[in-house]
Amino acid sequence: MIELGQHWEFIAAAYGGAFAIVAALTGWTIVSAIRAKARVSELEAARAARKLQ
Amino acid sequence: MRAFTAIIGRDLRLGLRQGGDLLTLVLFFVIVGVLLPFAVGPDRPLLAQLAPAIIWVAALLAQLLSHDRLFRSDFEDGSLALFRHASLSLDGIVFAKLIAHWLLTGLPLVVAMPVLALVLGLTADNFWLAVLTLLAGTPALTAFGAIGAAVTVGLKRGGLVAPVLVLPLSLPVLIFGTGAFDPTRVEASTQALLLLCALSLVSMALAPFAAALALKISGE
Amino acid sequence: MADTSPNAHPGWFTRIAHPGMFMGWSRHLVLPLVAITVIAFGVGLYFSFLASPADYQMGDTVRMMYVHVPTAWLSQFCYAVMFASAIGTLVWRHPMADVSQKAAAPLGAAFTALALFTGSMWGRPTWGTFWEWDGRMTSTLVLLFIYLGIIALWRAFDDQLKAARIVAVVTLVGAVNIPVIKFSVDWWQTLHQPASVFRMDGPTVDGSILVPLLVMTLAFSLLFMTLHLVRMRTEITRRRIRSLELAQARAAGGAA
Repeated sequence: MIELGQHWEFIAAAYGGAFAIVAALTGWTIVSAIRAKARVSELEAARAARKLQ
Repeated sequence: MRAFTAIIGRDLRLGLRQGGDLLTLVLFFVIVGVLLPFAVGPDRPLLAQLAPAIIWVAALLAQLLSHDRLFRSDFEDGSLALFRHASLSLDGIVFAKLIAHWLLTGLPLVVAMPVLALVLGLTADNFWLAVLTLLAGTPALTAFGAIGAAVTVGLKRGGLVAPVLVLPLSLPVLIFGTGAFDPTRVEASTQALLLLCALSLVSMALAPFAAALALKISGE
Repeated sequence: MADTSPNAHPGWFTRIAHPGMFMGWSRHLVLPLVAITVIAFGVGLYFSFLASPADYQMGDTVRMMYVHVPTAWLSQFCYAVMFASAIGTLVWRHPMADVSQKAAAPLGAAFTALALFTGSMWGRPTWGTFWEWDGRMTSTLVLLFIYLGIIALWRAFDDQLKAARIVAVVTLVGAVNIPVIKFSVDWWQTLHQPASVFRMDGPTVDGSILVPLLVMTLAFSLLFMTLHLVRMRTEITRRRIRSLELAQARAAGGAA
């Protein structure tokens, strides 16, 4: 185990907070990217179907 | 130049015709200033110490309240679209409107100062300092507010966005405005006053360009 | 490459900056960027926890600098990106500049919040308080408010083309104002705290600190680039969605 001295809780909080915010940001970015992609392919399929009619 | 003064005259007439607005603004300024002692407690020395902060926060809020009408009515009734074909450039027109707006919203605060000075127990020195800083600083508030107003003019529900944008930008005005009140340090006090003047001059000179650009974009 | 007919052969910049082209070439960039970012963070974390000694003065709290300094740097770098994009929006009306502006704003806010958070975690053991009205912390807080204001402005508009140009004006005004705010806050601090008790740049930076600091800064910068790129791609997709939805609504209206 890494020894962090007497202020380990602050160090852990700083890294934990950084990890949490970065993870949230990354997650949000990925989720919105996937959603946008799904929606665009749905709409493009609908357009292709319209053209076939 | 004729067009410039004509715009100022027009805005002054429009503003004064609805004298209620002017009165409301002054009333708001005084009420905020009078309300804070109730939150702090009737401790006269403490209030005298807080007075510069109270006056400046009240001035900031009162100015903030008045910005929305700076361009909105002109935008909505189409005057702004007409202004774009005027002989004067839109930047110049916005500058004229800013001067008129300051005369209608900045100057009345200075006039209403004695009331606040009395209830807050300002010393004579600090009273004149307050008048001086308000005179020197409110043009900068008008300038920043104008940018906020121009940027949100096209929004139906822009309500709170403009204050949220304008308040952080006005921070230097607040700092130098209250920083001038320090009887123990004359040097810092004059420095603050000069910086406040510089801030007002530069922001009044630059804000019309930014505001006019935002108005042009909003009008497209 | 002789540009005799600019329409037939647009310049390289026009070609790579066209939204459709951008979507094409940036697709191949996402995975490599993710990989480098992960590696950089691995190396950076190794250095910041295992391969660097505790500072002789600050002890192990120095390890917090390895997240604090990079996020503080990004909080300003992100504004620089938004500033450059704002110029692109206003001067060339480039759609990619709009997209870049919009993608950067939430990232800037997040990294600024992170810089404040790690700063206060660092401040508690070293200064004895979570929050100190110190010049840097205060102006960073104001920067956070500016980012949040810009995000609020983006959200207030329906018309994204207009929003981009209006936000660009605000970004430029903010860029002119941030140095003034910084100066006024520093001035204010010297007024109220004549003795500079809190100095961050006191001890000279040792080589053993510099290595993890640089690697972590690189890692965070890469993270920003990756997230910015992906968000830009998402934003372009969203615009495509909007136009497709409009076309669909029009078709539905025509059929009815």
